[in-house]
Amino acid sequence: MTLPFNDAGLWSGLLCGVLFGFVLESAGFGSPCKLTAQFRLSDWSVFKVMFTAIVVCAFGLWALRMAGLLAADALFVPTSFVAAAAVGGALVGAGFAVGGYCPGTSVVALFSGRLDALVFLVGLLLGTVVFAGLYGPAIEHLMSLGEVAAGDTFATAFGIPDVVMLAVLAAALVAVFVIGGRMERARRGPVTAEQAVHGADPSLTR
Amino acid sequence: MTSSTADPSSRPVRPFWPPLAAGVALGLVLLLTFVLTGHGLGATGASTRLTAWLGTEVAPQATAANGYLGPLVEGGNPLPSWITWQVIGVGLGALASAFWAGRFRVQFDGSHSVGTPRRLLATLGGGLMAGFGARVAAGCTSGLGLSGAATLAIAAFVFLATFFAAGLLASRLVRGL
Repeated sequence: MTLPFNDAGLWSGLLCGVLFGFVLESAGFGSPCKLTAQFRLSDWSVFKVMFTAIVVCAFGLWALRMAGLLAADALFVPTSFVAAAAVGGALVGAGFAVGGYCPGTSVVALFSGRLDALVFLVGLLLGTVVFAGLYGPAIEHLMSLGEVAAGDTFATAFGIPDVVMLAVLAAALVAVFVIGGRMERARRGPVTAEQAVHGADPSLTR
Repeated sequence: MTSSTADPSSRPVRPFWPPLAAGVALGLVLLLTFVLTGHGLGATGASTRLTAWLGTEVAPQATAANGYLGPLVEGGNPLPSWITWQVIGVGLGALASAFWAGRFRVQFDGSHSVGTPRRLLATLGGGLMAGFGARVAAGCTSGLGLSGAATLAIAAFVFLATFFAAGLLASRLVRGL
């Protein structure tokens, strides 16, 4: 058996999407108040969930490779355009903090009844239009800036073995839970489902 | 019970999953996605295709001539694609979860906290920044941050670092919620 199946079909898309949406909503990530609480440092759910998922998936992919089921270069790995990732990350982060969502979670929010998420999605399309309008040599230059020529992963570019990276990530995960938990206790604490359904209110977001 | 099944607002609100459980579940869904397709989960791949499709409806010549959107519409309708089905799935999955857990409620979230006009501007502006930024980085929180990090990609960790730093800063400067 050789993985992955490289299935680009309708049913695999719907299946992965339904599961993704179900888990995101169950984690509370349809609520802009809960999502932005990560940046007020009073609710660390976003980082706890993301880091746990990254560690679980990265470990699973590594185990499949070790078992000989998955070829080393069989998966899509984003190219190491470091400047583009830095600039884009900052804009998506700022947009998240101000608008209350990231692109994926705005879909979750819309389908849990939040109409402000529809406005965010309109903004998302407008941002894409602005980008396409400005697209040219200057943006292309920015996007290809700072590429790590040696490779795209820490293993190929810097020779750091995957097991070392997995151990670092696992340690970072523990740190996120410990430090995040401490900050949550010192502040308001995680936004509950009742509070999220009721909607953001000044006592939660100030 | 008959009335509570008909009206989601009167259903008991179930708590969110604990972050560790949700994170393990998300990791397994992401792993399944990699095994099935060879790539991870995403979002802005679909919104970019939707933008290109809207462009061909509103301004077909300008869209075809555009350096970024043009290549997307060369082969006809850009919408039928794995990422489009996946984002439709995200909506359906979220709807099922919210409805089942009594968390579905139609509202303009943020109206109570900052008022509707300010919330409208903030969410539109935030979406605009995120839409532009995701095109610069060629990915968003899901596609680059989450999925890329699972492949131990350098770009993903750079993205997550500036994402967090800019978010911390912006949430102190602008109150959008």
